[in-house]
Amino acid sequence: MSQKTYVEALREGMVLEMRKDPKVFLAGEDVGPFGGCFGQTQGMFAEFGPERVVDTPISETAILALGVGAASVGTRPIVELMFIDFLGVAMDELFNQAAKMRYMFGGKVLLPMVVRLPCGAGFSAAAQHSQCMEAWLAHIPGIKVVMPYTPADAKGMMIAAIRDNNPVVYIEHKALYGLVGEVPDGDYVAPIGKANVAREGNDLTLISWGAMVGKCLEAADALVKDKISAEVVDLRTISPLDKETILQSVKKCGRAVIVQEAVRTGGFAGEIAAVLAEEGFDYLNGPILRVTAPDTPVPFSPPLEAAYIPTVDKILAAVKSLY
Amino acid sequence: MKIEKEILIKMYSDMVRIRAFEHKARDLFAAQKIPGFVHLYVGEEAIATGVISNLKPEDYIHSHHRGHGHLLVKGGDPNVMMAELFGKTDGYCKGKGGSMHIAAVDLGMLGANGIVGAGLTLAAGVGFALKYLKTDKVCICFFGDGSSNRGTFHEGLNMASTFKLPVVYVCENNQYGISNRQTTAMNITDISDRAGAYGIPGITVDGNDPVAVYEAAYEAIARARRGEGPSLIECKTWRHRGHFEGDPSTYKNPQEQAAWLDKDPIPQFAKKLLDLKYVDQKTLDSIKAKADQDIEAGVAFAEKSPYPEISELTTDVLA
Ligand SMILES: Cc1ncc(C[n+]2csc(CCOP(=O)(O)OP(=O)(O)O)c2C)c(N)n1
Ligand SMILES: [Mg+2]
Repeated sequence: MSQKTYVEALREGMVLEMRKDPKVFLAGEDVGPFGGCFGQTQGMFAEFGPERVVDTPISETAILALGVGAASVGTRPIVELMFIDFLGVAMDELFNQAAKMRYMFGGKVLLPMVVRLPCGAGFSAAAQHSQCMEAWLAHIPGIKVVMPYTPADAKGMMIAAIRDNNPVVYIEHKALYGLVGEVPDGDYVAPIGKANVAREGNDLTLISWGAMVGKCLEAADALVKDKISAEVVDLRTISPLDKETILQSVKKCGRAVIVQEAVRTGGFAGEIAAVLAEEGFDYLNGPILRVTAPDTPVPFSPPLEAAYIPTVDKILAAVKSLY
Repeated sequence: MKIEKEILIKMYSDMVRIRAFEHKARDLFAAQKIPGFVHLYVGEEAIATGVISNLKPEDYIHSHHRGHGHLLVKGGDPNVMMAELFGKTDGYCKGKGGSMHIAAVDLGMLGANGIVGAGLTLAAGVGFALKYLKTDKVCICFFGDGSSNRGTFHEGLNMASTFKLPVVYVCENNQYGISNRQTTAMNITDISDRAGAYGIPGITVDGNDPVAVYEAAYEAIARARRGEGPSLIECKTWRHRGHFEGDPSTYKNPQEQAAWLDKDPIPQFAKKLLDLKYVDQKTLDSIKAKADQDIEAGVAFAEKSPYPEISELTTDVLA
């Protein structure tokens, strides 16, 4: 174990796999000597050179398609879009090509690729550089979607994603890059499709993913003085969803609040609520509540942005309304 | 082509104003008064000035992430602009957009943009409407060398040329897309060469010479107004600062940076005006003083303006 930041851990995951497997390469804008917009790929160009750490033109459509095309003939690409918000530019390559090819071809092709997408608000980066779009991706059969919260998962899920034989979308929240935590040394895999109980409790389940897990943990701490023992479930993987862990927790606690940074309508919290309503109805002692951003674009102005992003106070208010 | 003295002096003043605005924005970003991403136009002032000085108030422009200069020449009020950069309620977008989304639709400035290359196709849409409505207005589309590698470049220019739309595509080739040199992102030297693929005029000019830019834009705009379709103008230039504020630009070669600083468009143009005896040093000094004063007033205005009410969070989503 060593103390590492999230960004170091996710980079270590890429570096270890690239050392091991010459079929793995990385492509994206400014991932080379510049080291990535947030330093994610620092030092990788020096170690692996321009053939394996590839600076591309500003051509997201072609970057994503480079991943799909290269994966379809036997390499294992990692491609990066600088911000998840640029996915619109490359969406066909993801949802009509990467996600459907294996099915349409009757299982005759493998697409082992990772698509890295930095997401999230909190930097006054405004409406086109701050979004959380996991719900779009959850709606696409044929890809996996992960959203690690801890530095250990950032590394372990990166390695799992690279080794996976499917397209895996790896969403990294920009606010987590500096988060420090214990990270296992050497080869370490954190499984895709398995949620993590980040904190145990008995009275209520807070369900979240990505950066909002941190706010749920803070809220759980604050609830102690109200004698409410909150369990926090970190989904880690959006798709395929680990229903079992959520249902187990709600069975034990009887109440659930789902917290997402994304806008409310059509968000992934709605999917979880549907699962709980369909398969966990008998466990529930009250309504399933959601804490989300409002249905608006992300505003630039700092006080508006602060009002947009779900806060610990909003989580606490939702929890207290259940009692 | 002879450009009137008054126009040249106004162009010089516009360039000095942009520089003053950008230097102030640089300082305010460093002082953490301006949040978010700030992309400055320092060194590229001759392009916005040379092109937009040809326009009428009712003409349109599409800008990009490096858009302060475009708006200033199109008539942007530094007070209202500065308030937007601060995220204040008196800004052009009520503080909701910031530097990267600054827009003044009433002035024909259809927005900076956070999505690189988005304007290339949007401008064709504007051009379509201007033709459809039987106006003789034009739309200028500013974009970078890096942005020209988006698929929207091809789709926009193909559609605009096929439909003979009144659009002028102005490539601000500052030779970098963030850290990537233009020549490592495309297999050609002059982006204007691509015009041939669309059967439209393409020209490369010195982007640090406002007169050269003015002349090229004059031709292209006249052609667009005549209904003959779009043109592509490539202006070679250099951004003096990092890609965004906070970028130390370690990828630049210091000698090359120094050589380009020597080609700074503002002192070059000052010398030209002095040589022509259109101005004396005193006039130049007063232009600079006036610009500094206006921008300083803008900062005071922005400081005083309140932040938007929290209720503004949910307004303007739909009409
Ligand atoms: C679709 C898209 N891809 C990438 C980015 C990130 N980005 C912002 S500006 C920029 C470089 C643009 O280069 P260029 O078009 O040459 O304009 P310059 O910044 O040099 O003025 C990049 C890659 C973006 N905002 N949008
Ligand atoms: Mg450029």
